[in-house]
Amino acid sequence: MAHTELFHSEAPPSSRRAPAAWLGIWTLTRREMVRFVRQRSRFAGALAQPVMFWVLFGAGLHGSFKAPDWATGEMSYQEYFFPGIAVLILMFTAIFSSISIIEDRHEGFLQGVLVSPLPRWGLVVGKLLGGTLLALLQAVVFLLIGHAMAALGLAPPMSTAPGFVNAALLMFFMTAVAFSLTGLGFIMAWKLDSVQGFHAVMSVFLMPMWLVSGAFFPAGETGFLAWVIRLNPLTYGVAGIRRLMYSGEFPLPVSGALPSLGLCLAATLLFAAVTLTGSISVSRQTVSRKSSRAARKRK
Amino acid sequence: MTSTIAITIQNISHHYGERAALDRVNCEIISGAITGFLGPNGGGKTTLFSILSSLLPIQSGNVEALGFDLRTSATTYRQRIGVTFQAPALDRRLTVQENLTHQGHLYGLGGRELAERSQKLLEQFRVADRCHDVVDTLSGGLKRRVELAKCLLHDPQLLLLDEPSNGLDPGARHDLWQCLEELRADRGTTIVVATHLMEEAERCDSLALLDGGKIVASGSPSALRGEIPGETISIVADQPEELRLRIQEATQVDVRRTGELLRIQQADCQELLHDLVSSFSGEFKTISLGKATLEDVFLARTGHRLAGDE
Repeated sequence: MAHTELFHSEAPPSSRRAPAAWLGIWTLTRREMVRFVRQRSRFAGALAQPVMFWVLFGAGLHGSFKAPDWATGEMSYQEYFFPGIAVLILMFTAIFSSISIIEDRHEGFLQGVLVSPLPRWGLVVGKLLGGTLLALLQAVVFLLIGHAMAALGLAPPMSTAPGFVNAALLMFFMTAVAFSLTGLGFIMAWKLDSVQGFHAVMSVFLMPMWLVSGAFFPAGETGFLAWVIRLNPLTYGVAGIRRLMYSGEFPLPVSGALPSLGLCLAATLLFAAVTLTGSISVSRQTVSRKSSRAARKRK
Repeated sequence: MTSTIAITIQNISHHYGERAALDRVNCEIISGAITGFLGPNGGGKTTLFSILSSLLPIQSGNVEALGFDLRTSATTYRQRIGVTFQAPALDRRLTVQENLTHQGHLYGLGGRELAERSQKLLEQFRVADRCHDVVDTLSGGLKRRVELAKCLLHDPQLLLLDEPSNGLDPGARHDLWQCLEELRADRGTTIVVATHLMEEAERCDSLALLDGGKIVASGSPSALRGEIPGETISIVADQPEELRLRIQEATQVDVRRTGELLRIQQADCQELLHDLVSSFSGEFKTISLGKATLEDVFLARTGHRLAGDE
């Protein structure tokens, strides 16, 4: 091989200067998007399944559903379930995005980033932003599909009416929910060695967390379950999205079973801050030796 | 080659739970030279490599590399090093060009500078024609070339390579080492290689033999080989122990056995070789005569062979 020209190049590249973290963050975020586009099955998995849940559960449970006290007008189960499904989509996409940390580690890509000058917080933010944007994109697609189906008579009519300003607020709020969930996924994925292990955690922790968030059934105001729902940070994500969807002309009334928008926002931002801090903290821990060995054995 | 020290390793120990992977390792790595850490799998070289690449924290001891204390200045140090791992650190779902672009961004390169350097490196590693192909479609050898191009994007002063010949055919290995030698000669890059392959170790300027987490010998390959004078007869046999006893009985020379390999070392082995071939024909698979190898040095220092110990 003739390398003379390159190796005689006079000026060292500008990388001798401390590289700006934003460039590394941007590149990791962009990578998440490109990888997602190249894995179409992920899109189907994260969007098609929740849409099916919405249609099938909505139709199946409609007869036995009793609308909560705070519901405005005639609320069908599908309408009640609608924000919950949006959160499920945010969760699925966020979690699938975080799982790729395990894959990155096994394939060696992560080690390449870890020995680069990008600070650990930059790695975390890049990864989380990528997952967040993907989750937000899919949730928005679902919201549009849902309303289109209701408009076409393929689903019961919904009285959601966020208005322009609150639609923008809804985007912000969903971004915060997605960011916190991606962070939660990151913390777990960093600690786990296998995708199988992650699926187990998903089944015993994340899905139940979603089920008791007011997404699937309305929270009561008393009893053990009411407390579990109150202590679940995702409850405030679901409730916040629900409130913002109805915050136009006919906002949902304040009720003990449905937290106020201010509380939802505060709890969600706190949840996002906690998972971000947790993610940065775990990312400073050594990548498990078992995983490094797995990467070598892959050869 | 200058005699400046690029890396000073002082009393480095590293434990995984109870097990010591490195035990008070001391070593100096010369600037602008190719230094090899040779040892069996599990000998500690990958742990040492991980510490030098700043992937593992220092548990005990000190490392000063390129003038930086690795405990306190890892981020600045990382700007100046290029690392290739045993498994290529490439995103297999992205194209070759995309992988290089991401790498450049991580090191603060962008725009025209990044495009030009990527193009030059891909041409020089003869992968420019595959730059729009997804990495997953490349052979192991091509992936390794892309990996090297990627690591050189930011013109590192220190290049760390863990088992660089992994997955490469003999031609690609030759190309790789030619490239490393040119890097050393033209840019004065300090290169550190962790390997368990004798042929790679022979191409290093300086070697440290690692076993059981300790450096058991160090020096240039020729100086290390010079520790064992004379010649060596190597015999591979199906029934090595039986053959060893019979040879010892018949010739009164000391025969050492490691696995299925028998070795005899003495000043002049030619006559003995002739006798063995005529007396024990059919009882061995192969018999060969040669000067001492690094394997012999390793065997002499540790009592076991370099290969197949794990």
